[in-house]
Amino acid sequence: MQAFVKRVRNGDEIAYAITFLCAFAVIAITALLVFELYRNSEPSRVKFGWSFLWTKTWDPVAGEFGALPFIYGTVVTSAFAMILGIPLGVGAAIFLAELAPPRISSGLTFLIELLAAVPSVIIGVLGVFILLPFLRIVQPYIQGALGWTPLFAGPFYGVSLFSAGVVLTIMILPFIISISREVLLSVPNDQREGALALGATRWESTWDVVVPFARKGIVGSIFLALARSLGETMAVTMVVGNDPKISASLFAPGYSIAAVIANEFTEATGDLYQGALIELGLVLFALTIVINGAARILVASTTKRGTS
Amino acid sequence: MQAPSRQLDPMSTLPNIGASSGTEPKTAADAAAKLSADNLNFFYGNFQALHGISMKVYDKRVTAFIGPSGCGKSTFLRTLNRMNETVRHSRVEGEIRLDGENIFRIDVNDVRRRVGMVFQRSNPFPKSIYDNVAYGLRINSSLSRSQLREAVEQSLRRAALWDEVKDKLHQSAYGLSGGQQQRLCIARALAVNPEVLLLDEPCSALDPIATAKIEDLIFQLKDSCTIVIVTHNMQQAARVADFTGFFLMGRLIEFDNTTVIFKTPNRKETEDYVTGRFG
Amino acid sequence: MSWNKRRRKAVNAIMLSLTALCTLFAAGSLVFILSYLFVHGAASLNWNFFTKLPTPVGETGGGMANAILGSAKLLLLATCVGVPIGFLGGVYLAEFGTSTFSFVVRYVTDLLNGVPSIVMGIFAYSLIVIRQKHFSTLAGGLALGVMMIPIAIRSSEEFLRGVPLSLREGAMALGASKSRAIWTVVVPAAKAGLITGIMLNLARVAGETAPLLFTSFSNRFWSPGWNQPTAALPEMVYKYAISAYDDWHQQAWSAGFVLLTLVLAVNIVARMILSKRGPAAR
Repeated sequence: MQAFVKRVRNGDEIAYAITFLCAFAVIAITALLVFELYRNSEPSRVKFGWSFLWTKTWDPVAGEFGALPFIYGTVVTSAFAMILGIPLGVGAAIFLAELAPPRISSGLTFLIELLAAVPSVIIGVLGVFILLPFLRIVQPYIQGALGWTPLFAGPFYGVSLFSAGVVLTIMILPFIISISREVLLSVPNDQREGALALGATRWESTWDVVVPFARKGIVGSIFLALARSLGETMAVTMVVGNDPKISASLFAPGYSIAAVIANEFTEATGDLYQGALIELGLVLFALTIVINGAARILVASTTKRGTS
Repeated sequence: MQAPSRQLDPMSTLPNIGASSGTEPKTAADAAAKLSADNLNFFYGNFQALHGISMKVYDKRVTAFIGPSGCGKSTFLRTLNRMNETVRHSRVEGEIRLDGENIFRIDVNDVRRRVGMVFQRSNPFPKSIYDNVAYGLRINSSLSRSQLREAVEQSLRRAALWDEVKDKLHQSAYGLSGGQQQRLCIARALAVNPEVLLLDEPCSALDPIATAKIEDLIFQLKDSCTIVIVTHNMQQAARVADFTGFFLMGRLIEFDNTTVIFKTPNRKETEDYVTGRFG
Repeated sequence: MSWNKRRRKAVNAIMLSLTALCTLFAAGSLVFILSYLFVHGAASLNWNFFTKLPTPVGETGGGMANAILGSAKLLLLATCVGVPIGFLGGVYLAEFGTSTFSFVVRYVTDLLNGVPSIVMGIFAYSLIVIRQKHFSTLAGGLALGVMMIPIAIRSSEEFLRGVPLSLREGAMALGASKSRAIWTVVVPAAKAGLITGIMLNLARVAGETAPLLFTSFSNRFWSPGWNQPTAALPEMVYKYAISAYDDWHQQAWSAGFVLLTLVLAVNIVARMILSKRGPAAR
């Protein structure tokens, strides 16, 4: 008893309790977040059930809500961003970690990490005022070359799934680059030396040995970037066109989950409308949690993994 | 220690104290020099790690470098296939000749193919056993599949590993024990048929049994390959090497037949080291 | 040189240039964003921007003084929510944590960090706006504050861990209790890092727009107290940029310029401090 009193007086027990509560708060907040999303989406969940996920109509006036156009837009813009972003991002990471002279590398890394700090609304503004006019100029050429596929057919107004994809690419690049770069740097040097000592060129040692060694971590960085791009709101909202349609063409306007929440939430009259938007939030949350969860495991498993 | 005129005749100008010299072992007359270093200086930034090293590595013989940690023996080994160039801010002065040709003039990838290297810690690639051994062949040559398979088998046999791994060639190399991994790295280095094999403390992370296997291997290999080994372990040098060089503070103090170095060294420092008085 | 050799050298050179191009593209887009904003934003920036209220549509002039103050108030609230929980949680992970529970906390923290900001907006909306039935600075501050927690936890944990064990042992060898040692020795030793971590964290949420759209909403006027809707700088950038008026577009450029300058300035200073102190933690 006396010992306990002393320890309390020393503050150890109190400090432990307070800091424990704060650490626990993270879990509590996350649980509360899930609970609130679930509870407030009830009107929509009850009315539409699982079919909400594959219904194409979004008609607030008639009270018909389906998530498919938004899921489609979100997936298509993110996939587009990944297709452009993965080679660019991994290529840049390889250059910065393996090939570039150190002084050049550290300066460029600094710039790219600053790019990650640029608020998304600012990327959006530049998207509206620079990217859209620019794409209107180059679009005929892209269509001329690839217009025979449905992906690049049809009229083009500027705002489109394509524009959103380009904006997302720029936003996810710094994530892929900086995490992949760190993963590559954590590959033990004896791997590089092993390949070089066999007469491999710098590129051969990088591509045949270092990259495979870091593979899991690089995939993890790609997943993290994917989760980011799925949830990206402002920049997409400003250039995607905000039209709940499902079109095969990337040049057609579309919509994304995050964008529809941003645009319509304050106008959502009635519990059902708002419930449907919150359910969209729940869908987005679930998507990003799954992808993030996997990504964290992958990144942790490479950067902490011992050698040989 | 500036001595620009040294290159003229290292033998005559260098009996002075502390300077390393190319003492020519007496029994080496029957062997040709495979590699020869001539007045080699090495710098990390402003720090000079090697001072005027001149010596010869004889063909189809085992040469060992001994000396306390940080004496420069590994640094010297790494200059022999230009691996030192992966270290930033490092600089080499002097010459190293491979069959009479200055290695700093040969294409670096060719130098490293001809002068293979095995490292302190085994470093198998994250690939299968087969692909590890085949790697050097794939990048350096264009063999057919069957030729490749044959070459891989032969290399694994030369590294005395074939019997242990022949049933699991396509499993990950990380499944092997530490000693097996190190022999796999030797097989990988042997696959490209190097003329010289550099071993940088290859047994430092191994238990005595695995060490004995690697030492056996060195005996077998010296018929077909010139071997240079850096070791911490003096008994090991005495067991496997024909010639031994003793390094101290970045200088080659003495280089001679292994028996001379261990039984009747000419220099006081060498005697102190091999009799365990310091180091 | 053999043909094989020549091919390998060529591949090496080509891949070096290709990967360099990838890097230049990424770094170049930042340089482009910066220079464009500088040219367009700085041009129309004047003193009124910092001191005047926005003017109604059609009238020229005016500024965004209310949005600047609004952003400051939101960030203050966010700090009050995010920093104590994050810092103390970080102390737990660095000093007291047991392995299993700490692992769970870290994992959940990382997941929370990955939750899209718009979802954080919904969270704050359902906690406060639904109950109060009106938008408020409070709700916006809460949304930003929750967003700060994960990074606050991880950065404080990392900086506290960076303090050498010998310092802790030294203090405890003098008879200090563990909590006293943490409070009087470890935390002061990590102070510079902890503060830089908070600054970086603030810079990140300062640019967030999505969680504010339906929490703090927007306001053309000053927003007295904490319980009314308020304008915020990033929200104004958005609203003005998608408007139909050229005059508002100009204002959006200026606001964007001010916002980006603040965010990047904090980032640059913080990174310089961190890199000077050795092992960087982000």
